[in-house]
Amino acid sequence: MDLQEKIASLLPSATIEQAQYLTISVAKNDLRKAAETLRHQLGFDILWSLTGMDWGTALGVVYHLASSAKPGEIVVLKTQAEDRENPMLHTVCDLWATAELNEREVYAMFGIRFINNPDMRKLLLNENWVGFPLRKDYNADPELNPLNLHSDEVSDLRPKLVEQADGTVKEEWDEIFTNKEYIVNIGPQHPATHGVLHFRVSLDGEAIKKVDPHLGYIHRGIERMCESLTYPQMLHLTDRLDYLSAHMNRHAICMCVENALQLEIPERVKYIRTLMDELTRIASHLLAWSCMCMDMGGLTAFIYGMRDREKILSIFDDTCGGRLITNYNIIGGVMADIKPGFQKQVKEFIPYMRKMLKEHNAIYTGNVIAKNRMTGIGHMSRELSINQVVSGPSGRASGFSSDMRKHRPYGAYDKVKFNEIMRTEGDTFARYSARLEEISASLDIIEQLIDNIPEGQSLVKTKAVIRLPEGEYMEWVEAARGAFGVYICSKGEKTPYRVKFRSTGMPLVAVVDEISRDEKIADLIAIGGSLDYVVPDIDR
Amino acid sequence: MEVKDITLQGKGTKDIEFKDNEYLEQYLQELRANGVNIFVEKLDMLINWGRGNSVWPLTFATSCCGIEFMSVGAARYDFARFGFEVTRSSPRQADVIVVAGTIVYKMAPVLKRLYDQMADPKYVVAMGSCAISGGPFVKSYHVVNNVCDIIPVDVYVPGCPPRPEALLYGLMQLQRKMKVENFLPDAQKAQKKIRKKLKEVEVKQ
Repeated sequence: MDLQEKIASLLPSATIEQAQYLTISVAKNDLRKAAETLRHQLGFDILWSLTGMDWGTALGVVYHLASSAKPGEIVVLKTQAEDRENPMLHTVCDLWATAELNEREVYAMFGIRFINNPDMRKLLLNENWVGFPLRKDYNADPELNPLNLHSDEVSDLRPKLVEQADGTVKEEWDEIFTNKEYIVNIGPQHPATHGVLHFRVSLDGEAIKKVDPHLGYIHRGIERMCESLTYPQMLHLTDRLDYLSAHMNRHAICMCVENALQLEIPERVKYIRTLMDELTRIASHLLAWSCMCMDMGGLTAFIYGMRDREKILSIFDDTCGGRLITNYNIIGGVMADIKPGFQKQVKEFIPYMRKMLKEHNAIYTGNVIAKNRMTGIGHMSRELSINQVVSGPSGRASGFSSDMRKHRPYGAYDKVKFNEIMRTEGDTFARYSARLEEISASLDIIEQLIDNIPEGQSLVKTKAVIRLPEGEYMEWVEAARGAFGVYICSKGEKTPYRVKFRSTGMPLVAVVDEISRDEKIADLIAIGGSLDYVVPDIDR
Repeated sequence: MEVKDITLQGKGTKDIEFKDNEYLEQYLQELRANGVNIFVEKLDMLINWGRGNSVWPLTFATSCCGIEFMSVGAARYDFARFGFEVTRSSPRQADVIVVAGTIVYKMAPVLKRLYDQMADPKYVVAMGSCAISGGPFVKSYHVVNNVCDIIPVDVYVPGCPPRPEALLYGLMQLQRKMKVENFLPDAQKAQKKIRKKLKEVEVKQ
């Protein structure tokens, strides 16, 4: 019995169709049953992405699910909340913990409240923000939400919708921190939060009792902006999400549009994109390593890491014209063919980086103080990483195999042999080493590809105005911090109807509370460094 | 691939004259044309020389530009060569805030507070098109379109993100600006202001 029949027999009331992925639509009241069935009976234990939607008449949510055995095989669950005035849905955060923050985001953007979610504060936006920006009827009048130069006091109360026995819903408030707790604010301006992230940390002496992350200090409204931009215009915003994985982000959105258009991409382009992705990954991991070491007090490591990163940036500079934000991928190929000296530059870089990697390991990894600060600290179990969908090197350090390069091969990844770096310890040291090992895995991939770039076009012609056929599309790449997905809902116009970027960083922030509990406050910095979140990617 | 000569405002790049903000020194010459107190002037020059070559930036970054700011601090570009090496994490110890990245509505009060916490004399460099004009996010509902709506800006460094060379140039322009300031008379005025305020407070008490 295949999956579709299985689901049909378990959920008779659901409509099932085969679009890009198997899509299950359920009514509002059947959501809980469908979610529980998928989670417990069919083993879909990963909630890759939770997307709020405004279909014009009804609001709703789209869930992208997969199982940890096959993270690349995705099933879509859809539901609608008919009421626009006071839309409510049941939460799924007891089934997939990652839903908690995502549902808060959907509340801020669409106004859908989730029954039984323990925390229904607005994520990303201020509590007093007027309107729900991603709704189609949002009033963007700046008079409604003027620029405010006085910080609002952060409230320690959080609302919660509780379902009573008779089916009615009651709003309750509870305290995040009590009056007796000692609370320290870390961020939004803090050199070790890697951007403008705000943690409220409750302390017992030096030990952390609870961490409450506040997001949205760099919420730029990219998803809303994309709805009024054409597809080629949209690309430029993706580079600026997770700017350290600029190439991969853009690769994902180009792939998504190309697959929807059923555009055949030349092999040469696939090779070039893969090479660029891996170079970006090395640059990103080097920066992560440098910053983590600097946060822990090793300034020399920062200088060394940045020095090696500059070598990659000059390769980018020559071929793409940009250093950090390269604007290289476009729909149908790449902006310009590689520079004649590209292969030579890369081939010079590989042995250099291998040599330097040894030096980096010698200078920091083996250091007794560094080891003591990292080993056994901030332990993340495999279950937690799956439940919160912590993908990328941080998840793989806990033994969660989530590499989209392996599970959904794209570009030229099906033509190369490489190891998915897996570890089982799940502590800060494992995350730290996973990054360094991934650098050498990336070097191996580059080595296999660099001499075999096939001849051919570097760009196929597309129509002057690109219109995507009606439908929903989602494509995945492995960015430097985990699986990055682009979801496009098209109504056949030249602009998309809804765009959602699956944030690679939000799960990393969501786990901080759990993995740093009972650790020392100084270790929070090391844990944050090892998770390596990029805040504009979280806030979007 | 042949690179075309880009035209700006109807002129090719070769025809556009590079203006290096000479007005700063001209302005100073004009002010000093009728002569100044030699002692004050020399002391001023000495102080400004010291001040201008030891500018401590705040480690403040919100997005992409922050990474380029870090690059400028690291080995290849190394702004320590021009006296910027000591980046401070506390605004109380910083002289200049480089607004590196997009400022959004939620961040605006934080930026204002950071600026208020810095000790005088303080300077602001708006780095990147986001800080200057909202950049690619100008039409967003949550992005501040010009950082000078919040704090006064001394130097604008355009780019998305600006290259490290551009930021270095911008920071050196800031140094030039600092070097033509009248530090002593301004400091005297500020002192008088503070004394006056203190007296007012005393009278009230």
